[in-house]
Amino acid sequence: MAWFRQKYKDNIDPHAFPGNGTFAHGIHPPQCKDLAADSPIEIMPIPDKVVLPLLQHIGGPCAPVVKPKQTVRAGDLVGMGEAYVSASLHTPISGDVLKMAVTTLANGRHMQAIVIRSNGEQRTGQALWDIMFGGKWPQKEYQTLSPEEINAAIHDAGIVGLGGAAFPTHVKIDSDDRKPIEILMVNGCECEPYLTTDYRLMVEAPDAIVAGTMLAARAVRAKKAYIGIENNKLEAVESLRRAASGAGVKIAVVKTKYPQGSEKHLIKGVLGKEVPLGGLPSDIGVAMTNVATVTSVARGVMRNIPLTHRVVSVTGGGIVQPKNLLVPLGISMGALIAYCGGLRKTAARIIAGGPMMGFAFTNPDTPVTKGTSGITVLTHEEIRRVEQTVCVRCGRCVDVCPMNLVPTKIAMASRQNDFTLARKYNINACFECGSCAYICPAGLPLVQLIRTGKAQIAGAGR
Amino acid sequence: MNTDITENNSGPLIHVAPSPHVYSTQLTTRNMMRDVLISLVPVMLAALYYFRWLAVKQLFICVVSCLVAEAVFTRLRGRAISLKDLSAAVTGIILALSLPATAPWYVGVIGSTAAMGIGKMVFGGLGMNIFNPAMVGRAFVMIAFSGLLAASGYVAGGGVDIISQATPLTIYKQSGMVTPLPALILGKVNGSLGETSALACLIGGLFLCLRRTASWELSAGVLVGASIIGGVANVLNISNPWSVVHHLNSGALLFGAFFIATDPVTSPLTPRGKWIFGLGVGAFLMVFRLFSGYPEGLMFAVLLMNAVTPLLNRWTIPRPFGGA
Repeated sequence: MAWFRQKYKDNIDPHAFPGNGTFAHGIHPPQCKDLAADSPIEIMPIPDKVVLPLLQHIGGPCAPVVKPKQTVRAGDLVGMGEAYVSASLHTPISGDVLKMAVTTLANGRHMQAIVIRSNGEQRTGQALWDIMFGGKWPQKEYQTLSPEEINAAIHDAGIVGLGGAAFPTHVKIDSDDRKPIEILMVNGCECEPYLTTDYRLMVEAPDAIVAGTMLAARAVRAKKAYIGIENNKLEAVESLRRAASGAGVKIAVVKTKYPQGSEKHLIKGVLGKEVPLGGLPSDIGVAMTNVATVTSVARGVMRNIPLTHRVVSVTGGGIVQPKNLLVPLGISMGALIAYCGGLRKTAARIIAGGPMMGFAFTNPDTPVTKGTSGITVLTHEEIRRVEQTVCVRCGRCVDVCPMNLVPTKIAMASRQNDFTLARKYNINACFECGSCAYICPAGLPLVQLIRTGKAQIAGAGR
Repeated sequence: MNTDITENNSGPLIHVAPSPHVYSTQLTTRNMMRDVLISLVPVMLAALYYFRWLAVKQLFICVVSCLVAEAVFTRLRGRAISLKDLSAAVTGIILALSLPATAPWYVGVIGSTAAMGIGKMVFGGLGMNIFNPAMVGRAFVMIAFSGLLAASGYVAGGGVDIISQATPLTIYKQSGMVTPLPALILGKVNGSLGETSALACLIGGLFLCLRRTASWELSAGVLVGASIIGGVANVLNISNPWSVVHHLNSGALLFGAFFIATDPVTSPLTPRGKWIFGLGVGAFLMVFRLFSGYPEGLMFAVLLMNAVTPLLNRWTIPRPFGGA
């Protein structure tokens, strides 16, 4: 990586282990990103209607503030996030509010949803792109904003983490005097195989990312800001490096390995620090967000546009024409798949998110939510797995576990309902990345067993 | 568990399942066993070269007996027959290679039956056993037919030269004569079928470790453990002129370090546990060689460490990421 360090030295913090930063263990699944990586983001045409679930984030659902038959305009508030850990909801399209409906989210949860029928009166195409990502992002004019003002704008814009977990951003960014933040870390790893949304944003909208990063850093009073990228996305590194020159944002390049994009493992890779077990990045003075999230921060603060759209990769061997799409929230997953040419005959599984941690779903009416980072359609060949045998205690799961656990022991303890033993083996440290199940030569459903154990322990604790 | 949701009959059949949705398919239990078989090829070739038809006979008897025993025992337990995971074949070959060429046919048959029955099936089959099945089988016949498997049992007349004299460790123990290193490395000495050629064990063992089918920590542990005790013995003049290098290249040490101690089922899961296990095997083996009546101690060393493996697993729970 010597040439790499040389080439990017002016933007790379020498303490950020340029190009070499990583964590112990992990896996190298086939990346399969070339399916969609070179497809520029396309603007999805306006759908006839959108279905907006009241819960699209971690926390409490928002309360509807519109009534059936009411007419709304694109960007209007339709759901109010009243609880502290909640997020407001805005309509991406103009039209009439229909009767409330119950919809099923990709993760299987049933949720009340506001349904809006389009009247066609809103921006789309290039005009939509321009207000969302295009044009100039003059950071200087916003340097006088106080952290509180920025955070209020983020709160009003209904922004949540777009990397997948959908945690409300205003909560993450809210200052806590007991845990001062030194460093803002923006995650551009996108370590899930197949997905290319963050990559496309980094290539196509680097100015918005840098502007958003600066605003988020101001909001958390961070002294330094890093954007962490895996070294398989050199075009993104180059694009951000250009956009960030002079801005004071460091581009930290880390090794390509799954799950490098886990927040704890990106911090380890860039800063060499470990977030304490059971703790949060803020415990060691780091605030974490994602490249797509900071673009919505920039938009919310500088252009007063709420979070109504997101970029979604529609990819996988089972999709006729893999694409990256800018879509309104609440559009159906089926519409996206149809726009990409539909399913191939060999398609076997449809996943909201990536193949390692995403949720398989079957209903094409499932709406896109704030946390939908992609739709991955895999073929029979891609989901092929080894024949299940008993555990031969080979220890491969121990060798790959990024949390340095003993997955097979935890899984077997869970299977036998021995939760004392499972706890002794730190079951709750598992974040279900799937590395153990991926590698297991015996084809054991390790993650499923551990998940069951965690659920039982959480249930017993209540 | 899979759900059929096709909207109409023309579309593809879509399944749901929990994550992860992709798997590494190169690595399977069967492939791991196949790797072990491949790694044993150099050792088997050396055995065939030095022991001729005696090696053929012993390998044939043990492999067939192990396969039959596995089939019969799985049948008795009412389980699906599991021969195609190749683990019974591996046990058969390792047992055969740890027996003397001169052992009569019924030793192989009874040893194999004990290996599969007492060593593996009573615990619940593959993955469940505590003790290395091949070593259980060998211990069984060693006690049952002590004369045939003691030092004198290795010596016999007949068409094969090298079985006309005792094994190098026995010769040294009895007369103080030191077998030259080249003979130990190439394997032109008497001994159990698979153990005589240090070179063949090394080639097969390195293949296993490079493929990561065997954990290198286990093999390294055995070698380091034996070297430490052997080295101390050298310094204290306990076993000169039989040096630590002779120890490493003689007897079942290398065969055990690469093919027996590395059985994943009966060795610890964690890297630290693997090191302790290997060091323990190496150290016990040397203690037995130096201070017991037996010339060799690998089998007992492995069985002893097998017994503490569950404890090692509990004592060596790794520090989780971010843990204290």
